[in-house]
Amino acid sequence: MHIFEGFLPSPWWQLWFVFSIPVIMFGMYRLNKLVSERRDLLPLLAVAGAFIFVLSSLKLPSVTGSSSHPTGTGMAAIMFGPAVTAVLGVIVLLYQALFLAHGGLTTLGANVASMGIIGPLAAYLIYKAGMKANINFYVVVFFAATFADWITYVVTSTQLALAFPSQAGGFVGSLQAFLAIFATTQVPLAIMEGALTALIFKYIIQVKSDALVELKVISQETVNKLRGISA
Amino acid sequence: MKIGKGEIIFAVIAVLFMASFFYGMAANPGSEFGGADGAAEGVITDVTGGYEPWVGNLGFEPPGGETESLLFALQAAIGAVVIGYFFGYYKGKGRSD
Repeated sequence: MHIFEGFLPSPWWQLWFVFSIPVIMFGMYRLNKLVSERRDLLPLLAVAGAFIFVLSSLKLPSVTGSSSHPTGTGMAAIMFGPAVTAVLGVIVLLYQALFLAHGGLTTLGANVASMGIIGPLAAYLIYKAGMKANINFYVVVFFAATFADWITYVVTSTQLALAFPSQAGGFVGSLQAFLAIFATTQVPLAIMEGALTALIFKYIIQVKSDALVELKVISQETVNKLRGISA
Repeated sequence: MKIGKGEIIFAVIAVLFMASFFYGMAANPGSEFGGADGAAEGVITDVTGGYEPWVGNLGFEPPGGETESLLFALQAAIGAVVIGYFFGYYKGKGRSD
């Protein structure tokens, strides 16, 4: 659930573009490098992008009586890092803004910041920390993807609260109101997304683990160990 | 593909998710489970005393729910085709190698 067109007044929509554009440019640079040097990894990139496409089209009902959709960005963030994920996020957000009246062009900067950059960055950091701490790969993937999803909506709430501080409670008062909607609605969805992402990674390990090793996402020893357990 | 531990854990979480939805339906009688973004619009109206977006929708606007659901389904279908194609490709390639 992205911020609607025209729903961020000046200067907020410009500021979020200023935040997002450098990351998107860096992501395009990384993506170009990947495409020219490692053509064999393109299919994996396509799968990561397609995963975002599928998940962000599914509006799921939640306990709160509202619906929202998962983001699907955790998977791309784990495999390709947050900058490349930002570019994939732009593609999905543009599709939804141009054809579905969902999100918007003026709010694209803010929506890329939440769904394409900060959420994926959280996933990336959690993944790196978890793997370093020697926690089970699938457990780490679960937490990384869950938080990529959830943090996205915490950021959306923060963006709206910054733009619309309430008269009584100021920024904090508004933030509480927006978090009550987005962050709570998102909890079951985020857990569901984490579980799905972990399951998809099981299949990637089965059919194309060498690509993950090449991308330095996972070491060959870990792959061997996981295959030993799940085979 | 063999049903392993991963599939079972996923299935359990999926069932719990469905259960939480049914609980949500019981806890919010009459709710149509509209978008959380719509609910946020309500908060913006409360906070500002009526906010007018400074620019309306700039892209194509689906004329109704039917067209909108078509485009959302199309989005999911495109993604699913890509995912299925490459998983099948890699699996077949792994076998022939």
